Order: sequence, then C-alpha cells, then structure tokens
Amino acid sequence: MNRPVGRDGPARWGQARRTRRGRLRRGRRPPWPALAVAAVTVAFVVLPLVGLLQRAAWSDLARDLTAPEARDALRLSLVTSVAAAALSVLFGLPLAWVLARVRFPGRALVRALTVLPMVVPPVVGGVALLLAFGRRGLVGSHLHDWFGLQLTFSTAGAVMAETFVALPFFVITVEAALRSVDPGYEEAASTLGSGRAATFRRVTLPLIAPSVAAGAALAWARALGEFGATITFAGNIQGRTQTLPLAVYLLLDTRPDVAVALSLVLLFVCAVVLVALRDRWLGAVPR
Amino acid sequence: MTAAVDARVVVEVGELALDVELRLEPGEVLAVVGPNGAGKTTLLRALAGLLPVDDGFVRLGGRAVDDPAGGALVPPEQRSVGMVFQQYHLFPHLSALDNVAFGLRARRVARAEARRRAGEWLERLGIGPVADRVPARLSGGQAQRVALARALATDPVLLLLDEPLAALDAASRPAMRRELRRYLGAFGGATVIVTHDPLDAAVLASRIVVLEAGRVVQAGTPDAIAARPRSRYVADLVGTNLLAGVARGPDVALAGGAVVRVAEAFDGDALVVIPPRAVALHPDEPAGSPRNVWPMKVAGIDTVGDRVRVELTGPLRLVAEITPAAATELGLAEGRALWAAVKATEVDAFPA
Repeated sequence: MNRPVGRDGPARWGQARRTRRGRLRRGRRPPWPALAVAAVTVAFVVLPLVGLLQRAAWSDLARDLTAPEARDALRLSLVTSVAAAALSVLFGLPLAWVLARVRFPGRALVRALTVLPMVVPPVVGGVALLLAFGRRGLVGSHLHDWFGLQLTFSTAGAVMAETFVALPFFVITVEAALRSVDPGYEEAASTLGSGRAATFRRVTLPLIAPSVAAGAALAWARALGEFGATITFAGNIQGRTQTLPLAVYLLLDTRPDVAVALSLVLLFVCAVVLVALRDRWLGAVPR
Repeated sequence: MTAAVDARVVVEVGELALDVELRLEPGEVLAVVGPNGAGKTTLLRALAGLLPVDDGFVRLGGRAVDDPAGGALVPPEQRSVGMVFQQYHLFPHLSALDNVAFGLRARRVARAEARRRAGEWLERLGIGPVADRVPARLSGGQAQRVALARALATDPVLLLLDEPLAALDAASRPAMRRELRRYLGAFGGATVIVTHDPLDAAVLASRIVVLEAGRVVQAGTPDAIAARPRSRYVADLVGTNLLAGVARGPDVALAGGAVVRVAEAFDGDALVVIPPRAVALHPDEPAGSPRNVWPMKVAGIDTVGDRVRVELTGPLRLVAEITPAAATELGLAEGRALWAAVKATEVDAFPA
C-alpha cells in the first residue's frame, strides 16, 4: 500500500512504511523500545519451540512413536478428541442457535456460563466434573445406582472432560457466525415456503458452514490438548484415559525421548489447525 | 370475485404507527409510495407474514392469514406470497437455477421437475445462460431477474416487490422497468410494489397509495394523483407530467398530436417526464430558446403549499407549478389563454 507516511497514526507504522516488497520506506522510523520489546516477546514464544525441535531425536522418531505407551496414547487421543469435537458440534449447534436467535431473560448469564470452562482452570473443571458426575457426585451417584454407569476412570469420562473444555470454543464461534448471518436470507426462504427446520438445513447451515468447521477444528484442537480436567476427572490409565498430554507429562521422567516425540505430534497438529484457520483468525487482523 | 388481498394492517414498530387498509383484485398492481420511515416496507412485511399485525386482519385469496381477534396467524411459509427483497437476498451458496428452484423444492416438487421449471423461468426472463452462476457472479440486472423469477416460480397469490429497481444503476433502470411492466402484465396474481420513484409507480401500477407517517394520505390512479396531489409532499413525489408517445430522434410525438423536443435522441415508444416547475407560463408567445411552446388554456388552479399548480389543456395536458406572485402577475383564471414553454434540457425521456 502506498499510503502517505504517518497519516494513519501509530497503529499503522509497519504498513504505512513498507512497500509491497517489504522494503522500509524513508520517513519516520518506528520507536526502537517498541521494536525491542516486540523482539523479546517473539523470542519468548519461539525459543521453547526451538528447544523442543532441537531436543527431538529425529532419527528415532518412528521407534519412539510406536512404543506401547505412545501408541496407546495416540489411539486414545484420536478417539477421545474426535468424539469430544463431535459432541461439541452435536450439542453446541442447538445451543449456539438458541443463544443467537432466541431472546429470553438471563440469556447473557447463560452465555457467560457456557463459556466459563474456557477461563476456569481445567483442574478446577475436573474437580467440578468429579463432584457432579463422579461415583458419589450429584448426578453420578444416580447414574451408578440406576444404570451401573461409571464415568470416572473410563474413556467416556475422558471424552466428557475434553468436551467440557472444548464445547465453548465451538459455541462462541458458531454463535458469532449465526449473529452475522443476515436474517433476510431466512426470511426470503420462509416467503418461498420453507419451514424453519428446512430453512436452517438448506440456508442457514450452508451459510455458517465455514464457521462450523472452524469451531469444530478449534474444539478438536482444544480437546486434543486437554490435560487438567481429564487427569482429575478420568484419571490416568494407559489405554483408557491416558491421552497424549497425560502421556507426555508422565513419560518425561521415564522415557523423555517418547515424551518429546509425542510433543512434536501435538505441536504439528496445532500448527496444521492454525494454518487451516489462518484466513479466519490471522486474516481477521485489520490491515 | 374474491379479492387477492383484503387487509387492514395496524402495526406499531418503534416510532412508526402504521394503519393502512388495502384491497387488491387478482392481476391488479398497486404501488405504495412515501418517504423513508413512512411504513412501506413494514406494510409489505406484514402482508408477507414476516411481522404479525397488532390489530386488523390480512386475508389472501379469501383466506384469513392474520387475524389477532380470531387468533389466526399463518406463518410466511404457509402463505401464498412471493417477495422480492430490496437487497434480493439471493442464497449465496446456490446457483441462480437452484435459487429459483428453492421455492418449488420447499413445496416438495421433485428435484428434477423443480430444476426444469426453474430453468423455464430463467429462460422467460432472458437469463437462461447464467443459470449455473452463484449470485456473487451475477450483474445487478441479472440478480434482479433471478430474484423476480424466484418469487414468481411458486405462482403466488400475492407478489411483493420492495424497491425492485433501487439497487440497479440508473442506466439499466429504464429497461428493467419496462421488462418488469411486461412480467407484471402477464402475472395472474396481485402485486404490491414499494417504491420511492414516481416513475416506477406511474409506469408499473394501476393504482397508487401514498403513505406518510404510517397513514394513507392519498390514493388513486397515477394520473389522478399526478394531476391533483393533496399535499406538498405528494406534489413533489408524484405530481409530475408523465406523457406517452413515440420517439423519433429528439422529437416525441404524443398521442394527442403535440410534439415534445427532448434532450436525448432515440426511436420507439417513449415516456416523457416534464417536471411542473420546468413549465414556464407566458401571456404572449415567447421568442427565443425554448423549443417546446404550446398555446394552452387554464383548466384549473390549485394552491399546494407555497406553490400554485396550474392545470392546462391544449395540444397536450400539462401541469405547471409557479409562485403565487407569478400567478397574480399573469392574472390567472380558469379559461385564460396563455403560452406554456419548456426547455428541451428540462425534459426527461425514457424508452417505454
């Protein structure tokens, strides 16, 4: 962009002063303290990643990842995170729709409660789940007495813990998308004879499909990385509730190479999700 | 005959208190004109069922679809209504063809049959070649036609058009207006058009309702309203001279025999618009630049706001608007003979 230098104020330094080839143009220089702090911050984020990559035993990667603990953790994490993402979509979609489209008293409160797991420390979430769905919990005791169902120390419990923390990511993404859909499309559909369910399926859902996909990917990535709630609520049983992050944490003592290899897998997956969503998240930065 | 629309729409939305009675026979075209915020779109939404009426009733084809007293409220999808929205609201993820087929699919017409009939509609509106395009790749005029085809494809009892030409650029508007008149002439149901363009109203509608602040301030045929606007606002909006004729070059020959010289030259059927303020009155035949000079007789004098509207007869019927001072100076009285002059540059002509 060939904007006149300095016209757009301090927030625009870099862009105002760069030509399309990235060459700095003559004119006012960005303040050096800001550049220095920015460089330190970037280093702070990047250095641990460098450490991880540098420490990795690349030649033994295949062997490390096929170790029994690693294989169990990979399989389990795949199953539980996909299940958690699917549950987030299944339950999150109607919830997002209600939050976006239905006016009811206390809507703001309900919205705050549904996103609470995003900010609550996951361990606290795990304790809360335990008190609600554990064997002696509020609901869990009945589940156990009536159906013989036990969620703690089960794969279902791990899925539940992951869903608990992942769901809000899906709900807020999709709710925002639903709010941004012009109601005119739904109105047009209704004047064409389309009932509410058909309109949602044939008009609304296709319009928000990119956000549904993004929300599901975010929820999945969050579920994949879940640690605190899972270990607190579901425990740490290899092959049943010991997901990737749990395995990484525990293997760091006994088999650090395997822990690092699994960390690389998680890092790689996160990078892929980030790249896939870059248009929505990085592209959303105002230019 | 059962009225296509029989309604009294009473709605309060924010500042607006709408109270309008309407009755349309099948095949009839009604234009609703009025300033922004007069309640035009609200009226359409109430007829479509997108907004329930607070009081009154809506009957479409004899069926009560909204009746607060009787407790009936039929949702839009169960009314036989087609609506063309101002911004069209074509479904962005569907092709032009699937947009038009949408209403038929919603009415459980089989996919192949729905697409076949949608294709016929696109052909009829002259946009068959763009059937596979998504709305983002349609021009304004094409999107307009798709929106119209989509609304007509379900064969509604009532067609609602919200500012149908407003989203088009000025250059493509006359042609689309002409086409729209043809489609509406062939349409068996009733049509309500909301517009702020008096030309749209005059060309497309057989009756006009003028809304101001939620109330009908005047209703009648376009000619009657143009000739005798009841308020300053209506005079400004629709009180213009609209004449039909045949253009040959820069001259338009009117039905009565008079010829109007216009600024732009074309051949064929034409509509000529002469703003009343552009008509100058002279006691004697003026010399000089005006191309259009006719001997006229005063047929009526009417004061609207701060202006005097003078109805004139002669080789053509014309309304002039002059100041009270000028009227006094001219010694205006019914039957008085004088000359009317209009500059060619003040005359707008459109292919009709």
